[in-house]
Formats: sequence, C-alpha cells, structure tokens
Amino acid sequence: MLDFPRWKTSLIWLTIIVGALFSIPTFVPPSAISFIPESMRPRVNLGLDLAGGSHILLEADIADVRAERLSAMERSIREAMRGEPGSSDDIAVGEMTSSANAVTFLVRDAAKVDEVRERLNQLTTGVGLTGQRSWNIEMRDINRVVMTQTAAGLTNFVSEAMLGARDIVERRVNALGTREPTIILQGSDRIVVQVPGLQDPKALKDLLGQTARLEFHMVTELASLTPEQQAEAAQGRAPVGSTVAPYANQPGSEVISRQVMISGDQLVEASQGFDSDNGQPVVNIRFNGAGATIFSRVTRENVGKRFAMLVDGKVLSAPSINEAINGGSAQISGNFTTESANTMAIALRSGALPVKLSVIEERTVGPDLGAESIRKGAIAGGIATAATLLLMLIVYGRFGVYANIALTFNILMIIGAMALFGSTLTLPGIAGFVLTIGAAVDANVLINERIREELRRGRRVFAAVETGYKEASRAIFDANITNVIAATLMFVFGSGPIKGFAVVLTIGIITSVFTGVTVTRMFVAHWLRKARPSSITI
Amino acid sequence: MKLLKLVPDNTNIRFLKWRNVAMAISLMMIAASFALIFVNGLNFGVDFNGGQTVRVAFRQAPNIEQLRADIGRLAPGDVSVQEFGSARDISIRTPLPEGDQAAADRAAERLKSTIRARYPDATISSVDTVSGKVSGELLRTGAWSLFLATIAISIYIWFRFEWQFGIGALFSLFHDVALTFGFFALTQLEFNLNIVAALLTIIGYSLNDTIVVYDRIRENLRKYRKMGIVELLDLSVNETLSRTVMTSGFMLIALLVLLILGPDVIFGFTAAMLLGIFIGTYSSIYMAAPILIWLKVGPDSFVPLAGSEGGVATPEDKNRGAAV
Repeated sequence: MLDFPRWKTSLIWLTIIVGALFSIPTFVPPSAISFIPESMRPRVNLGLDLAGGSHILLEADIADVRAERLSAMERSIREAMRGEPGSSDDIAVGEMTSSANAVTFLVRDAAKVDEVRERLNQLTTGVGLTGQRSWNIEMRDINRVVMTQTAAGLTNFVSEAMLGARDIVERRVNALGTREPTIILQGSDRIVVQVPGLQDPKALKDLLGQTARLEFHMVTELASLTPEQQAEAAQGRAPVGSTVAPYANQPGSEVISRQVMISGDQLVEASQGFDSDNGQPVVNIRFNGAGATIFSRVTRENVGKRFAMLVDGKVLSAPSINEAINGGSAQISGNFTTESANTMAIALRSGALPVKLSVIEERTVGPDLGAESIRKGAIAGGIATAATLLLMLIVYGRFGVYANIALTFNILMIIGAMALFGSTLTLPGIAGFVLTIGAAVDANVLINERIREELRRGRRVFAAVETGYKEASRAIFDANITNVIAATLMFVFGSGPIKGFAVVLTIGIITSVFTGVTVTRMFVAHWLRKARPSSITI
Repeated sequence: MKLLKLVPDNTNIRFLKWRNVAMAISLMMIAASFALIFVNGLNFGVDFNGGQTVRVAFRQAPNIEQLRADIGRLAPGDVSVQEFGSARDISIRTPLPEGDQAAADRAAERLKSTIRARYPDATISSVDTVSGKVSGELLRTGAWSLFLATIAISIYIWFRFEWQFGIGALFSLFHDVALTFGFFALTQLEFNLNIVAALLTIIGYSLNDTIVVYDRIRENLRKYRKMGIVELLDLSVNETLSRTVMTSGFMLIALLVLLILGPDVIFGFTAAMLLGIFIGTYSSIYMAAPILIWLKVGPDSFVPLAGSEGGVATPEDKNRGAAV
C-alpha cells in the first residue's frame, strides 16, 4: 500500500495540478488573464443569495393557454368549414360554444358529418409516440360535434411555446440593459430568470408580465346600435361579431369588432417617444411592408371612424381616423408614464409571448447584504480554516503538515471542479463545502489516530502506517459512499438550493477522499522511503 | 516535538452502562420534540409557507413592537416581525394578498415605502416572494429528498454490515432529525430551505460518526469472538474516542467561528449545524450502538476471518461477511 510507482505518482500530481489550475480564474480578476480564451478559464460564480440580484421564476398560465387554444380552435373550425373561396363546399355549422375544455357545434346538414370529420382531422396533430392526438373528435346526437383538447396536446403545445417564450424573455431582459442575465427553461412550463446586481425587479416583472399581443380593431360606435344592444353592451355583452374591451389605464370600455384589423406580427419597430402636441409619453410603432399596405387600405376605407389599439385585450387608445395613414407608422397613446411607455415599447419590439407567463417566485438580494455576507463569510471561513490547519499541525506534527497540504489541494480542486462544471456557489453550497472539508479532516484524523493506535500495539513504523491507512480507509470509504448516495437522491428529488448542496457535496467527497487518503499516503510513503525512520512522532 | 493529545491513550470509559438511562432520555427528547412541533409548530419561512419576506437593515435597532404595529396596519393577517442575526436586522414576513402578481407587488411597495418614510436611513436588504404553489412544491421535494436519503443510507448500511446496523443507523438518523426539528420548534428560528441543507449536513455528519463506530464494532466482533457484547461495544467506542473528540473539535471550532463572525443570514443555519454536531456524536454512541444489543448482534453475525492475523479485514472478507 505504501508502494507508489512512478506512473501513479505522476498521475496523482497531474490530477492535483489540473484541478488547482482551474481554480485560478476564480481568484484573479478576468482582465488579468484575458489572454486566455474565455472557455479555458471557467469561474465559480457566486449565487444571487451571496452576490445580490434578482431571481424570478415564471410559469406558463395553463388556464390562459387552454382558453386561448379553444378560441383559436373555434376560428380554425369556422375557417375549415368555409372551404375554398368561390367554391360551393361550404358546410353550414352553428351553435358553436366553448366549455372548459371543449368546443361544441352543430352541423346543419347531417349528411355532411363525415366530411366535417375529415376536415377536422386536418386540424389535429399526433402527439408523442402513443398515437394520441392533440384533440379528440366526438360525435353526439348524429350531428353535434365535440372537440376536446387532450392533456397531451396541451402539454405538448405548452412545451413548444415555452421554447419561443424563452427567447422572447431573453430579448426583453437584454433590452433592459442588465448585465449577464441567466435565462433557462425549467421543466416543461417554467422559465428561470436570474439577473445579478438587479435591485428593483419591478420594471423587469412589468415587462415579463405582459404578453404584448398587439391588435388593432375597428370600434363599433354605440350610436350605431339599437337601444337594447346599447344596454347589453353596458353590461359587457356585445352584439354578434363584436366584443367589449376594457380600457387599460382608465375606466370605461369600447365595443370593438371581433375582426383583427392588423396585429403585432407585422410590427418592425417600437420605441418610446413623446406626442408632438401635448408632450405626453407615447409609443411609436412601425409596421412592415405588408402591414403598412393593410393599414393604409383600412384607414382609407374608414376615414371618420375610430379604431382601437389593444394590447393583451385591453384598449390603450381609440383615436379617430382623420385621413388614410400611409407609410405604416402609428402612435399609441394611453396615459403612459415615460417608464411604462418604454416598457411597452420593449415588450412590443420583442414580440408577443406565445403563452402568458406569471411570476410564481421572486427573490431579490440587495448588494449590501450580499457584500456583507461575502466579507463576513470570507473572514470567518479564513479563521476557521487557519484554526483547523493549526490544530492539525500541533496534534499530528509532520503528518498534520501532510494533511494540511492535502487539505489546501482539496479546497483548490473543489473550486476548480465547480468552475469546470459551471456551478454557482450559494449558501447551501457553502454548507456542502463545510461538510466535505469536515469529511477530509475526519479522514486524516481517522488515519492518524489509527496509526497511533497501531504504534501503541507495538507495530513497527512501516507496518503501523500501512495498517493505519488500510484499516481507516474502510470506514472512510463507507462513510463517503453513503454521503454520495444521499447527495445523488438530493440532486434527483430536491429543488434548487438542495441541488446546489448536492453538487458541491458530491464534488467535495470525491476530492476529499482523493486528497485525504491518496495524496497524504503518497507524501507519507515518499518520506518513509527516503528517511527510513525507526520511530515516528504522531 | 511533543504533540498534543486531547484524549489519553487506552481510555476505558463504560459508556454503555448508561444506555438505558440514555435511551430513556432520548426517547423523551424525541417525544418532547414531537410535542413541541405539535404545539408550537415550525416557524416556516416563505419557502415552505408562501408569502413575502422583506429584510430590512436599520441604522439603529428599531422598536420591534412599534414596527409590528405599523406593519400590522398595512397588511392584514399573519404578520411576523423578527430579528435575524442582530437587533438592527429585521425580517418582516407577510402573507401574499389575494389576487394576482400586481396585488403582491403593490403590497410590497406599500410596505417598502412605509419603512422608508418612517425610517429614512433603513435599507431594504432583500425581498423574497414565493407563491403557494412553489412553496408547496419546495416542501414536498424537501421532505422527499430527506426521507429517501435516510432510507437509501440505511439500506446501504444493511448491505455493507448487517440488518441490525441498518436499523441502528436509521433510528439514530431519525433521532437526529427529530431533535433538530424540536430545536426549531422551540426556538422558533425561521425554518427555510437553507435549514434543510443544514439538516442534510447534520445527517451526513452523524452518519459519518455512526459508520466509524460501526466499522470498529464489526472489526472487534471478528477479533474478539468471546467478548460480551456490552463490553465489546464499550471497547469500540473507547478505541474511536480520540478520533470522535478530534473531529468534533475541528467541526465545533469551525462552526463557532462561523456563528460568531459569519454572515447574519446563515445564523440559523450555523446554529442548527452546531447543535447537530452534539446530537450526531451522542446518537452514534448512545443510539446506534445500544440498538445492536437489543437486536442481538453477536460474534456470529459476522464470519470470522480465518488466518488473518489480528483480525484485519480485506474488502473481500467484508463482502462475504455481509452476504451471510
């Protein structure tokens, strides 16, 4: 056991040196080693709980997605039944209603049910490998059709939409000018946004909280309605083909046509500006060529009428059309402040989110708390380490020195490995760190106590050291394997902070056993072979 | 050079003489912990309960009663105003208002502006908002990982040693966790995700300790086949005593330094770990070991090692021993 062939020694040193090298970038400022390519100098970043910043967890609003999909399906069904323009293959349908999870409608001509079914089939897609489809089509009472969205279809839609949502969230966060944000998908319906250094996440939340679906609709003037319809509209029930939309920043509502005149898909630019007449903050927008053509045509045809600009179903303003608007530029006003106009502009520019996202967790740590934590933590950690090293030295002498060198390597290797795996150091991570350092110290205590014991039993130096390492290794091995088992389970079943703990623990256990047992043994073996002492002090 | 020895050589303390008393005390402590958890409940932070925590650093220690009254007027319901770390650092916990994100934001803004108005030199050090959905998940996953880790560890020990050892380890881990929960129910320190990490650390440490003692028991069971079990356990505990004292000593020093000089945010965390060192060391001697007596572990539990001088075990022998 005390035999170390040259290849083994070289391999051990190589491992130590590589591990320690990767820890260097964490300790020196990036500018000092900028000559090394970025990928070759990974750093351990501090978690937001230590460094300060904002952590926001967003979740797709499934109820909203469900409702959106239902109304989209209603539109698709109508379109599918309408058939090719000019042809006579229209199928008359009626009594279309949406319940919690299904669209129901009536096929007027019962003979056409089969063809309806065929057309509806085109609207559904297969999901996964089980042959399930995104919607179930069911016939009732001969000519009533019920289309129900399947759970698999909904999940599939959400997870695909989240990919797009992630990119849009990233664009929005970057537009705020924050530094080094982290935006990652978590599970199938969540997005984590972490912005180091961000103090007041209100603007960010406002920005992410809006879907930013921009739509222009023609206004149905109340005066054009019958008195009964006006009364109905006042209670939120609009006549056929219209809908009642509330104002976003002021009381009241507008009755608008259901038909979308032009939507945010056609947008190429949005920026915050000021109204040239009254100096109020506004959002200036510009449509692409196709959008501009539509906008110009619709405005030309509707001079004298009003159109409403809606974002996420709420009316911002409903100006009158004085003349045809060419060039595709428009100005959205609506009781904005400079900030809210800017937020709106960013949201519109980055595109509409395919799903509505809501904040379900938010953690913000101020820079003082973070800096204070780091400063105090560094002082306390330094003193604790120094005390450990000193105690090790006065209790085990030369063997303590070996253990201390190994412990130093251990710390460097943990940091190096963490940098390599791109993990961040959080508070629970520090707990894992302390535990593994404890385990490394314990390994050396176990070994050295056992050597003392064997010497007391009258063994010669070589035999005592050899037996000491052999006997102690068994308990060290068992103890650390159990910790790895625990860490693995924590990683699989635990959430964020516990995962962080588990990662550091696993890395630390491996390096601790390596440095605490293998490296110290190499030092001791080297010394014993060279000095050949007849007695040792331990 | 004369080296320091904290524990004299060849101690012979009859630890297990007190095993019945110790077990009675431990069972009482476990029962008391459960009673405390039942009566006081745990002071769950927003991580597990949902809600909003605003931490404020004041220039001078504020009047907590006054602060509580001020905030009570703003946010109806279960408001908690607590010191954390020092008298100048106050943690204010409020339930999330009914309604959407905007309502929660407004409530937080109101709280922050009230504090700024009344205490102009105070700074908001952190804001945590956790919805009920997330806190439920965190509680569930936290409890699951704790439970599964404990079970898996016991199974491993069962395979590596004997079933009695597995049960012994399981029970002493249960003891450690129960007492730590009891401590949090008693002190009403905030119980949050970081404390779960501390709890896991305690389990890890206690386990380490238990395995060291068990390893020596296994070794001695093979070596001294005629020795009475109580005597043998005492011998094993004494033989590992210097290691136990040394390692615990190292941990205690490190944790004490962290407790006194370390950041305030980890106060509860360090306190839990410090307590865990004592509980974990104690349980290895007075829980994990005596259970072996009651479960009738004897020399026959392990296959003797033919021909190996001094009872030195090799890994192959161990596996054989465990397989029987």
